[in-house]
Amino acid sequence: MVKTSSLTYAYGDEQEMVFPDIDLPLGQHLLIIGPSGIGKTTLLYLMAGLLPPVKGNVAIAGKELDSLSRRELDKFRGEQIGLIFQQYHFIKSLNVQDNLVLRQSILKNPIDKDRRHKLTERLGLSEHLNKKVTELSQGQQQRLSIALGLIHRPKIILADEPTSNLDDVNCVKVINLLKEEAEICKSSLVIITHDLRVMSHFQNRVEL
Amino acid sequence: MNLGYLAYRNMVSKPLNLLLSLLLLSLSVSLVTFVLQLNKQLSGQLNKNIAPFDMVVGAKGSPLQLVLSSVLHIDVPTGNIKLKDIDMLRKHPFVEKTIPVSYGDNYKGYRLLGTELEYLERYNAELQEGRLFQKSFEVVAGHGVSTRLNLKLGDTFTSSHGLVGGGDGHDDHLYEVIGILKPTGSVVDQLLISNLESVWEAHSHEDAEHDESSEEHHDDSHEEHGDQNGHEHEHEDGEEDKLEEDKNLEITSLLVKFKSPLGMVQLPRFINENTSVQAALPGFEIQRLMGLLGSGATTINGIALAILLVSGLSIFISLLKTIRERRQELALLRTYGFHTRQLLGLALLEGVFLALIGFVAGWILGRLGIWILSGYMSATYGYTFQINGPEMIEILLMVTILVLAIIAALMASISIFKLNVAKTLSNE
Repeated sequence: MVKTSSLTYAYGDEQEMVFPDIDLPLGQHLLIIGPSGIGKTTLLYLMAGLLPPVKGNVAIAGKELDSLSRRELDKFRGEQIGLIFQQYHFIKSLNVQDNLVLRQSILKNPIDKDRRHKLTERLGLSEHLNKKVTELSQGQQQRLSIALGLIHRPKIILADEPTSNLDDVNCVKVINLLKEEAEICKSSLVIITHDLRVMSHFQNRVEL
Repeated sequence: MNLGYLAYRNMVSKPLNLLLSLLLLSLSVSLVTFVLQLNKQLSGQLNKNIAPFDMVVGAKGSPLQLVLSSVLHIDVPTGNIKLKDIDMLRKHPFVEKTIPVSYGDNYKGYRLLGTELEYLERYNAELQEGRLFQKSFEVVAGHGVSTRLNLKLGDTFTSSHGLVGGGDGHDDHLYEVIGILKPTGSVVDQLLISNLESVWEAHSHEDAEHDESSEEHHDDSHEEHGDQNGHEHEHEDGEEDKLEEDKNLEITSLLVKFKSPLGMVQLPRFINENTSVQAALPGFEIQRLMGLLGSGATTINGIALAILLVSGLSIFISLLKTIRERRQELALLRTYGFHTRQLLGLALLEGVFLALIGFVAGWILGRLGIWILSGYMSATYGYTFQINGPEMIEILLMVTILVLAIIAALMASISIFKLNVAKTLSNE
């Protein structure tokens, strides 16, 4: 499902970061671990096609990202990849519901209302749909961020430190939630973390 | 959800920025459209009102005042003239038609004009109901007067001195409304029109009341019309024959239509140099007046243009700010699968929305101004302005503003092309 080979990246004149090859079959999950500053987020952006690698390439669902035009890549990313960011990013002028609708609307098929209702219900967001995103609590924002990464049934979910701001109880909740949703959508889950609490929940791991 | 909705939400999420941009834009649009309309309608109305006559002859004074008072009926007259002073004009070979007018009284602020039936013909005024006047103290009412004063056939009234509402009344002469005119879109709509004799009789009778020794019908007491001439030739001897009598009667002015363009060249000069009366050319005077107003209009248009430029700048700056502030949201949209051109479309839509709303609001504001001015003008001068639909030049103005807004949005959006999604999303 996700395949990288000899990925290399460098910010400006800084030393090149060379990443280990990844080969993740469909439906399997992967943990990418390592200390801060080692380039975990960079790897995630490379896999999402948001950064062009200096060397090597990324293939997702059998498609090499560097074979796509810029526009095709945007479309491919929007359809196939779900991103869950460490820092929450929302459209602040839209309410919770409209943020989700906007994420769905990039897909050509009619907007799946049912999917939205069920997902927001499972994530406990149903009562907050008409709120401004800035009115949500931290925990609610985290769940909305997860919902935005999942709502379009991506083939691959890339999550960047999804548990870093959470206490133990919520940490377990979020991990289970991600696993369940990945199961429902038959997606592969790639989680970047330096959180030891996450380790025990996943077998596959790559260490940077 | 489409980008239009997102652009709209983005726009209204900063109400103060929005208000400032819209205010500037609509202010400039309203100024421009207001001045354009005012100029157009005013000159249209003035030209329509002066079209039936080439020259007006009245007492000496300001030629502009003579035209304003005797043709447009928005000023006080320069004085009176005697029929005998203008006798030569009536038979002059260059002259096609002369129509005497006499006035000085009003009913509830609307002028009572004594003239001949031909006056109505010159303005193509037709009867809506009733008939034209045949004898003294029969009055046909212009459409505007009849509507506003709710006059009906058979209504009677007494006139008052002066040209504005109030003043002493001529209680002994009862005017009767015998006809109501169709709307003409000219000054006739705002007049109450009778024959000349009505005006003469009303004033001579009154004079008799004031001065027992004078004989009825022989005197002229047109002090009310224009004080200058009134006293100079007060009481004629009662033994003059009818013709002499007639020739000593006074009118306020004589409206002249030329047969030959030569009249336009020769007669005004001749009259002004050789007689005790003056001639004025309405076309020339109105052109002069519009020239004066025109420089005012140019100034206002200049101011409006300056505001328009500032408003364009404000739209540019507000979009630039918006795009800078929303860099992360734009980057987020890229991860959602929106491509650069769609993000550009978002900025353009916002600019176009602003321009459209600003234009429409400004246009409505401008028309509102015309409407308010029309109310004031009709109360004071009997002039009304119409609320017209969008004019060609206004649509051009809108297109110009749209193009400006699109250019501003494009310039503000350059950074979208250089957006580094990964970096922008990582930097809080």
